[in-house]
Amino acid sequence: MTADPIWFRPAPRPTHIPAAPERPAPAQVAFEIDGRPVTVPEGSTILEACRTEGIETPTLCFLENLTPVNVCRVCVVELEGARVLAPACSRKVEAGMKVHTDSERVRTSRKVVLELLGSSVDLSTAPDVAGYMARYGADPSRFAAPGAPAATVAQPVKIDNELYVRDYAKCILCYKCVEACGADAQNTFAIAVAGRGFEAGISTEWNVGLPDSACVYCGNCIGVCPTGALMFRSEHEMRAAGTWDEAAQTRTDTICPYCGVGCTLTLHVQENDIVKVTSPLDADVTNGHLCVKGRFGFAFVQERPAPE
Amino acid sequence: MDLHVVGPLASPAERAGIESVVGPREPGLGGHASRGGHAARGRRDLLLPALHAVQARVGWISQPALNEICRRLTIPPAEAYGVASFYALFSLASRPPVVAHVCDDIACLARGADQLCADLERTLGPAGTPSADGRTTWLRSPCLGLCERAPAALVTVAGEEPRTFAIAPATTARVAAELSDAAIDISRADRWPSAPIPQAGDPALRLLARVGRVDPASLDAYRAAGGYEALGRAFELGPEVVIRELLASKLVGRGGAAFPAGRKWEAVAAAPEHPHYLVCNADESEPGTFKDRVLMEEDPFAIVEAMTIAGVTTGCERGYLYLRAEYPLAAARLTHAIAEARAQGLLGPDVMGRGVAFDIEIRRGAGAYICGEETALFNSIEGKRGEPRNKPPFPVQVGLFGKPTVVNNVETLANVPLIILGGGEAYARIGTEGSTGPKLFCLSGNVTRPGLYEVEFGATLRQLMDLAGGVEGGRALQAVLLGGAAGTFVGPDQLDMPLTFEGTRAAGATLGSGVIMVFDEAIDLPAIVLRIAAFFRHESCGQCVPCRVGTVRQEELLRRLVAGRPNGSRADELRLFDEIAQAMRDASICGLGQTAASAVGSALHGGLAG
Ligand SMILES: Cc1cc2nc3c(=O)[nH]c(=O)nc-3n(C[C@H](O)[C@H](O)[C@H](O)COP(=O)(O)O)c2cc1C
Ligand code: SF4
Ligand code: SF4
Ligand code: SF4
Ligand code: FES
Ligand code: FES
Repeated sequence: MTADPIWFRPAPRPTHIPAAPERPAPAQVAFEIDGRPVTVPEGSTILEACRTEGIETPTLCFLENLTPVNVCRVCVVELEGARVLAPACSRKVEAGMKVHTDSERVRTSRKVVLELLGSSVDLSTAPDVAGYMARYGADPSRFAAPGAPAATVAQPVKIDNELYVRDYAKCILCYKCVEACGADAQNTFAIAVAGRGFEAGISTEWNVGLPDSACVYCGNCIGVCPTGALMFRSEHEMRAAGTWDEAAQTRTDTICPYCGVGCTLTLHVQENDIVKVTSPLDADVTNGHLCVKGRFGFAFVQERPAPE
Repeated sequence: MDLHVVGPLASPAERAGIESVVGPREPGLGGHASRGGHAARGRRDLLLPALHAVQARVGWISQPALNEICRRLTIPPAEAYGVASFYALFSLASRPPVVAHVCDDIACLARGADQLCADLERTLGPAGTPSADGRTTWLRSPCLGLCERAPAALVTVAGEEPRTFAIAPATTARVAAELSDAAIDISRADRWPSAPIPQAGDPALRLLARVGRVDPASLDAYRAAGGYEALGRAFELGPEVVIRELLASKLVGRGGAAFPAGRKWEAVAAAPEHPHYLVCNADESEPGTFKDRVLMEEDPFAIVEAMTIAGVTTGCERGYLYLRAEYPLAAARLTHAIAEARAQGLLGPDVMGRGVAFDIEIRRGAGAYICGEETALFNSIEGKRGEPRNKPPFPVQVGLFGKPTVVNNVETLANVPLIILGGGEAYARIGTEGSTGPKLFCLSGNVTRPGLYEVEFGATLRQLMDLAGGVEGGRALQAVLLGGAAGTFVGPDQLDMPLTFEGTRAAGATLGSGVIMVFDEAIDLPAIVLRIAAFFRHESCGQCVPCRVGTVRQEELLRRLVAGRPNGSRADELRLFDEIAQAMRDASICGLGQTAASAVGSALHGGLAG
């Protein structure tokens, strides 16, 4: 019996990094949107399919870099044979599905959802909503009667730190900030939904101020908020002073100067002042998320010598 | 995750409560330190039991107590606060240890709850006012599931020996007397009045055969009355045959959605992923429903046996019984039955000596109707807010703890032993073609003999009302609410409707959970309809827009109509209502929002409210 040669001659080490095994191409699924035959990779959502088809779908609680929570219901579509409408943002395409994105039922639900939101929440700084409202002919004033105003979530704005403000009168409870603060990005879990029903809202534990909470001021919640409920303090103050002027702002992409991670920053600059910092959702390094230094640590850039 | 927990430490009583659930602290782990690690995070499902323990011990949950729970289970305080604030029975502000929860929901309203509450307001002060000695208070509550003895109240007594008991029917004098009784003794027999079962003893009964005749505390008595024959037979037949019989029986769920039970069992039994879980849905919070309570109180071993059959058939080693917290007697009797069954080898690692493991754990809800929705129920057991999940995926694929799960209503399970012993085909011959088997109906409101009734599917609404002695006092009938708050109002002209799934569907109504609530001509029906609207606003989980805001708008609109001050014409208001209702039905995530406008709409269009 001879010794096993493998023991003495290990296989030569590869001289290059082996490529990952090729992924099998995802199976394709054929189905129909608005009577058109469409084919998409298995696992796609109806929203993704609509986007590749160029069908505009309103969304509020959906963001590419977060897990879909499908709570706002503004993206609903009709599936033939289904009892109720389905959220396009999370519902996966199935072979043979027949999807309608502009049926009477879809239009009514989208319109009423927008009206319900518009009648209860201050949407004045939500960039996309006015367009959606116009498209669906939404009239949020319909629920108020003379002498009997419709209930709203109006409340004073929370200003408890130097960096950002929380104005929950503008909150549509889309859960995005909770996701960004939690397992989808920051893993800090400083905020959660508390209460129930119409009284539910985003809250720290016992509603303590941010300085007493677990918040690390990464600002990732601000980055994902679709309504401006969470806002840089700089923006909030400029808006209050009437000096906020988006048209006069430039946006410049750069790399964060602080550490070796190399996050992409987008500097929003108005009159030679940085007024806000974001990161592109599709940046490889950040997926749109930053830390406190990149997000808020820009003051030194604009430390100007006092005028003589 | 860096757990950020600050503030004062929990009191000894609070810690004792928490430790009764999560065990003693590790030695050397004092003060603010938290070292639970992965193992503690894996027990997130103990959050609700720990909150219950503090609430029961102290009467409310303080910030230090919540922080201590967070440390022990490694849960971020913001999340734990979000969970605790979701459930109506947890108080996050200091509150007296003795609380009378007085039902002001619809069946009780029909029997004087408004007068009772008005009297209590006069004698004890507005709801929530602490007594002079700070020991007691009273609160309004949604349906307590005691509707056959309306008006009802439930007293919770926090302390070293926490106690909960019912007062039904409740009077102002009785509530006041119980609250001022310093040493509330709950062993007194009148604390546990048996539920009236008007048909008890009728040999034709199947589901209620043992109710009122066989001692619910005795396993021997249960076995002498034929108990556990079905489990033995299920072992002889084997899972495949049991599922075949269940399919042949055409048994559909009695929890409201009427889904074939056999199909669920089949899917979970075949699911490749393990472990499988069984959940018995005993949350029963639909106003007017009390059938599951009676089954659990009066025949608890039958539910334990049926769950065991379901567990061993679908490959589950663990079954959870999710019980609403307002059912203390059911909890006591089931706890006893489970312990007895375990002691006799009918639960545990080797059920009936067959080499199969199955055991049952009771988990209590904490005052949230939405937790009866199956996926909200899973989240609740997992220690999260009771928010429903979007479906698909369905529970048979991704259920409790993300695993394949069978979830069945108590009454659904109670039918299983009948099917196993009598055969699926014989069972399918009971009732009608489309609705097989016996069915329980909960009669409440203005009938002569409110209570739980069993009939074969096919009986008409009139026949059921006759069983219960017709409208109380011979008064004229105004309307009947079928199926509960999520059901529909029907008028006196619809009494010949057969109470089957197909019969009610044809009439645009629903069986729901088997509620038949009768309102005579003297009842202020608009007030009842308003209470239903308020119920949905209060019970919406708040997750999705159509339901969270739609239920508020529905209530506002109804208030305008009832006050005779419509915005524009009544027809304008009805058009607006219909649009809100359509969006709620079409775009809500779960059945709560989808049915929140059902009863209200049927009343509005039937001219019964405003
Ligand atoms: C808001 C809401 C509340 C519900 N409450 C209950 C309940 O208390 N008990 C119950 O068995 N099913 C309830 N259901 C139905 C469950 O989601 C589920 O369909 C049922 O437990 C399945 O069991 P079954 O097939 O045996 O009926 C509820 C559904 C909704 C939407
Ligand atoms: S700033 Fe960051 S840590 Fe603070 S609440 Fe927002 S996401 Fe959470
Ligand atoms: S604060 Fe903004 S991100 Fe958070 S839930 Fe409200 S709207 Fe959504
Ligand atoms: S329909 Fe209502 S209860 Fe159901 S998920 Fe939506 S908000 Fe929650
Ligand atoms: S974007 Fe789909 S539900 Fe909100
Ligand atoms: S107990 Fe009061 S309505 Fe059911």
